[in-house]
Amino acid sequence: MRGGTTREGKSAETEPARTWSRPPSIQGGLTALATTIPATTNPARREWILFLRRLARRRTALFGLIVVMLVVVAALGAPLIAAYDPTEQNITDRLKPPGSLDTAGRAHVLGTDHLGRDIMARVLYGARPALMVGFAAVAISGVLGMMVGLFSGYFGGRIDDVFMRLADIQLAFPFILLAIAVIGVLGPSLPVIIVVIGVSSWVVYARVVRGAVLSLREREFVQAAHALGSRDGRILLRHILPNAFTPWLVVATLDMARVIVIESALSFLGLGVQPPTPTWGGMLADGRVYISTAWWLATFPGLAILVTVLGINLFGDGLRDTLDPRLTL
Amino acid sequence: MRIYLARRLAQALLVLLGVSFIVFFILYLTGDPALILLPPDASAEDVQKFRETMGFNDPFVVQYGRFLAGALRGDFGQSVRHGEPAFNLVVERMPATFELAGAALLVALGLAIPAGIVSAVRRNTLVDYVSTVVALLGQSMPTFWLGIMLILVFSVQFNLLPSSGRGSLEHLVLPAITLGLFTTARITRLTRSGMLEVLSQDYIRTARAKGVSDPPVVWKHALKNAAIPIVTIVGIELGTLLGGSVITETIFAWPGVGRLSVQAIYNRDYPVVQAAVFLLSSTFVLVNLVVDVVYTYLDPRIRLR
Repeated sequence: MRGGTTREGKSAETEPARTWSRPPSIQGGLTALATTIPATTNPARREWILFLRRLARRRTALFGLIVVMLVVVAALGAPLIAAYDPTEQNITDRLKPPGSLDTAGRAHVLGTDHLGRDIMARVLYGARPALMVGFAAVAISGVLGMMVGLFSGYFGGRIDDVFMRLADIQLAFPFILLAIAVIGVLGPSLPVIIVVIGVSSWVVYARVVRGAVLSLREREFVQAAHALGSRDGRILLRHILPNAFTPWLVVATLDMARVIVIESALSFLGLGVQPPTPTWGGMLADGRVYISTAWWLATFPGLAILVTVLGINLFGDGLRDTLDPRLTL
Repeated sequence: MRIYLARRLAQALLVLLGVSFIVFFILYLTGDPALILLPPDASAEDVQKFRETMGFNDPFVVQYGRFLAGALRGDFGQSVRHGEPAFNLVVERMPATFELAGAALLVALGLAIPAGIVSAVRRNTLVDYVSTVVALLGQSMPTFWLGIMLILVFSVQFNLLPSSGRGSLEHLVLPAITLGLFTTARITRLTRSGMLEVLSQDYIRTARAKGVSDPPVVWKHALKNAAIPIVTIVGIELGTLLGGSVITETIFAWPGVGRLSVQAIYNRDYPVVQAAVFLLSSTFVLVNLVVDVVYTYLDPRIRLR
């Protein structure tokens, strides 16, 4: 691994001599190979289609994907779909059960809360912070974990020891407790929540990627790249990363479900995105007080979390079974 | 074996050292611990005086050394709100949290292992489908919502079980189910896949070929080997349970460490928060150490590594 530069230098020197000594037939074969290289995008795309077909054959995974897409549509199209402003209060129409009509004759499909706000609108808008935190936190922890896993698995030795002990330390904390302690100090806001969840969730990614890299490192194509004098960085980026990407993607999908539950738990505790922004967790916390008189306040935001997380989990399970059935997560 | 244990112990101590540093660091996230510990309306003079008496002007390393020495003696400072040592406040609440986490673990193991085994043995039957779907739902359901729904049904509608407090066994039922559900789902799926894998092994086929009847094959030959990953996950799940207790205890007004720490965060009572995070993390590290030792007895191959 080390001394890659000298090896490269040597190969550059010997290169011309070797080319000349090649028999014409092999040379022809090599040029033929070289011309087909740009065309490999086609088989790659075919593989994609094949993969999508295999995924689509798993009914539950497809169902999960549709659910997730519906949630994304709800989040993006909330202003178009919702009949009400999610923060608009109307004291005369407070705690109305699902299906009741307001004075203008519009229906509160899921009822209203203790301030007369439309629950349907709030559930739709609540998808926004959930998905935002989900995507952003997974992006942070995914990139962190990917880098740690690549370095740890590829270089091994001291670096690996340090990172794996850090992982043990990270895992020793009861996650929610550490998150609320840190957010309590820094103050709850969207960026703080994203960074806290993102920075403290890298371990699963790192472990899975590291495991993949450990076996990839010994494979022939990586050895060949070494022998041809590729630098470590190039080997990691061009040869190892694409092959370690599949398990990473599965972890990222399933972790998204976990992050969304954590986001709603934080807002349930009052340490999430702050009002007036509607959050599912915050709605649940409000509804808890009215549990004996108005069941719909706490029920619908909870169902929204359940359906979203279930959809992601189903899709993630399907993704794992299609891409890498031996992955145990 | 002895070398393995010594190494494992050294590793646990190293992890605890790291934990102590992060717990110490929580107060320095904003750069000035004096501003975090003092009420927002403290005068600049008070802040200065407080910094001096608490030693916040000393070098960072000296402060950490002092924190570590204190933590080892169980001294995390005085609770800002209760005026008692933070350590004592947390330790007083520990039994309640352990009781809840233990009950949740019992619920989880009691439901998950039989469900997982039946699912694997009767693969692709109605029983398997039902248990798989329930496990999937359990894994996707947020703890706090489940807790609220259980209160709605069992306390509000039918008035069967108390919705808050600690005391009798009845008080324990709803919180234990709430806290244990996620773990139940995880262990069910793990038991099922573990059993499926073991049941397809050659030695199971050999046992069957020799004429061993079904129950002993499942319970004696297969479960013993499928138990190894379950034991590991029990250690890890304890972390989930201790962390999850923060939410469950808040919903059911359970007087444990989780509820104490949430209140402490609201009250900016950081010595209590530090003590709680440190003690719960230490518990987790110790339990996993024990689990690893048990593991070496279950699977002697580990010792050789």
